[in-house]
Amino acid sequence: METVIAANRFGLGARPGDLPAIGNDYQGWLLAQVDGPAALPRIIADLPPSADVLAEFQSMRQDMMKQRQTAAAADKPSPDVVNKARNILGPAYRDQLMARYTVAAGTEQPFRERLVHFWSNHFAVSADKPTVTALAGGLENEAIRPHVSGYFADMLLAVEQHPAMLLYLDNQASIGPNSKAAQRMQRFGRGRRKADINENLGREILELHTLGVDGGYSQADVTNFSKVLTGWSVGGGPGRLRQGQPGQFVFRSVIHEPGKQTVLGKAYKENGIRQGEAVLHDLARHPATARHLATKLARHFIADEPPATAVDRLASAYLKSDGYLPAVYAALVESPEAWDNILAKYKTPSDFVISSLRALSVTPDQPQQLIGSLMLMGQPGYRPGSPAGWGDTAADWDGADGLMKRIEWATAVGYRAGNFVDPPRLAENVLGSALSEHSGTWIRRAETRAQGLTLLLVSPEFQRR
Amino acid sequence: MQRRRFLQATGSGLLLSALPGLSFARVATDARLVFVILRGGLDGLAAVPPYGDANYARQRGSLALGSPGAANGALDLDGFFGLHPSLTGLHSRFNQNELLVLHAVATPYRERSHFDGQDVLENGGTDAAAFRDGWLNRALAELPRTDDSQLGIALGSTVPLALRGSASVTSWAPSGMPNVNGDTLARIAMLYESDELLSTRLEQGLAADALADSGGMSMSRGRGGRQSLQPLARAAGNFLAAEKGPRIAMLEATGWDTHANQGVATGGLANRLWDLDRSLELLANSLGPIWQNTVVIVATEFGRTVAVNGTRGTDHGTGAAAFLLGGAVNGGRVLSDWPGLAPSQLYQGRDLRPTIDMRQIFKGVLRDHISIAERQLSARVFPGSNGIAARPGLTRNA
Repeated sequence: METVIAANRFGLGARPGDLPAIGNDYQGWLLAQVDGPAALPRIIADLPPSADVLAEFQSMRQDMMKQRQTAAAADKPSPDVVNKARNILGPAYRDQLMARYTVAAGTEQPFRERLVHFWSNHFAVSADKPTVTALAGGLENEAIRPHVSGYFADMLLAVEQHPAMLLYLDNQASIGPNSKAAQRMQRFGRGRRKADINENLGREILELHTLGVDGGYSQADVTNFSKVLTGWSVGGGPGRLRQGQPGQFVFRSVIHEPGKQTVLGKAYKENGIRQGEAVLHDLARHPATARHLATKLARHFIADEPPATAVDRLASAYLKSDGYLPAVYAALVESPEAWDNILAKYKTPSDFVISSLRALSVTPDQPQQLIGSLMLMGQPGYRPGSPAGWGDTAADWDGADGLMKRIEWATAVGYRAGNFVDPPRLAENVLGSALSEHSGTWIRRAETRAQGLTLLLVSPEFQRR
Repeated sequence: MQRRRFLQATGSGLLLSALPGLSFARVATDARLVFVILRGGLDGLAAVPPYGDANYARQRGSLALGSPGAANGALDLDGFFGLHPSLTGLHSRFNQNELLVLHAVATPYRERSHFDGQDVLENGGTDAAAFRDGWLNRALAELPRTDDSQLGIALGSTVPLALRGSASVTSWAPSGMPNVNGDTLARIAMLYESDELLSTRLEQGLAADALADSGGMSMSRGRGGRQSLQPLARAAGNFLAAEKGPRIAMLEATGWDTHANQGVATGGLANRLWDLDRSLELLANSLGPIWQNTVVIVATEFGRTVAVNGTRGTDHGTGAAAFLLGGAVNGGRVLSDWPGLAPSQLYQGRDLRPTIDMRQIFKGVLRDHISIAERQLSARVFPGSNGIAARPGLTRNA
């Protein structure tokens, strides 16, 4: 039973052969995957860096603005420019999504990969905002993957300095009211638009990324922290914004709010970019952050209503290790609560797609099918629609329409792949002891292989992990 | 329901040139062959009731069809066998001598697993592991040709085993999500029986669909109560009618595994038979004059139990019914070495005893209609079938 839980709940779903390969040392199998750093999967390493994608997008935007200024009559950008934008955003998004699901379908380190997806959802950006469309995968690959088996503080810093997060939460537009730039704007008579901060990033870091909504911060903390973060921006741009490398993180001191700021009762002296880094460092070590992250991890890996004992154990491992994630993962894997219920979690559509691919030992071959499948079942790739990310309980996903969509999708998969598998044997190979006699019988009784595969995929055991 | 809409949009003049990846050759044979596999085990005693057998009504009990002339009775074939009343199209083909009805047939397979039974029907061997390729594909490989383009086509998103193998074949299916048929939904409901959450959600989802259907939105979902073969059958005819089109097509129909409430003159099985009947008519119509040079083989992996089970259905059996139909068929008769339905005459005391090996029929059609020599058939198409002679006289030109 533990082997099945390791493969299907901690991992991304068993492939035929995985269960015997994992065997009895399921905890060792899991922890070996997160023991120190790992090289990026090849297909991920081959993707163009976010900075390049963004620099190209910025230069296209500048062309568009130039065109608007010169062609007085034309109030619409030319089709050329629009096509160019599409040609940058569409393929980048598509390639990132294909790479993500190709890795997930084939990886030998499914626990590590699930953790990548977990942290990516914890630090959610949403590709429905056009500036982020081509960057969401970059955030995951450049800020999360390198730190998934390192310190949370390092991941936090990498995320908050990634262009995807800065642009998603508008921090490049947040200007200190007493910054040099603000003073200049006042002096040169642009008084109509008063420069000020944008609290979006500061608030979400406190509420979502670190302390949690009940983490004990006040509105003043949000305001002050947002001031600390002014100047955290993205390089490249017209005129005065030319500072920094296009598409990369840059600290713009001209828009940074000068002076000492107090956050959570502690004063941080003016120190440019170091001021924000110091706050993030302290936030990462805060007991509320430990509890918030412990709760989310326990909810993802143990149960929708995570047992308090397990949450305590994870939070304490976090604080003791100074936020060293492998220590927290070890506490998780060693929690007895994780191993009592073989089917504790209802799969998300993404889980369902990945575990289906793994069961069939295939990787996605057509981007439109992958994108369409995730969209059909209600979890479009990199598009949670809010910085809170996707919900992580059954109630978020177990709607009637969602189930009907899964049945339709499983029927399509049955038609495509059913003739090439032996559904009863496949069910045993991927579900192991989780397969009930009842489901096994119905899969065996199917009138075609296609129908047998459909029944396996929609079975209560395969819909859960 | 996107599939149906797509076909309506393209109409009967399906443009082969507009479909990517399909190019066909002019070949030596002008004969056309269609293999329709009925997956799930067609109840031969319902499709072709032997109403003249004194034991039929007694053994079949509540599932027995009435004799010809009775209300909802069988359609008469030869004074002994009849056709299910849903099969009106086949009945008129019979009267035009274009339908040959086969009864008490079986492959060499004698167990009762759908998967293995279908494998044997398709691989042409004596057990499921006999061959990894299919007899139709091996037959294709025997056809003389002018180039290496595809002579075989599967109407569906994948190529079924019978058509798989070294000869290059193609497949075609309309885009869009396939319909989830009512049988699959019923099985999912059983699968969820003891899962409170999923059974509730399924019930809600189906109720919402029913509501959408009644509001005229049934096209929105892509899920019908039945999995219709009709659009694919019509498309198959269009492909085969094209001058440089394929010569051999394969269709798959599901929904024959009638364990519960199969109905008699009306009901679930009657609806499936009606759809099959309509589909075969559409196939004939879309073939036009080519129909005269066509043989359609309709076969299933096994028949069903003679007696009714506890849920007003029938369980997996052995001897089955099959059909040969087309302008090239020497029809208007029933070909059967009838074993009888008395308890002592049944196979293992429960099933119709098979008396004709399906391979004799396949070999007869391939020899006399497609012109593959019997020596080649025994050596390469059905290896090891020397003792199973091609059945003569199945086609007109034989």
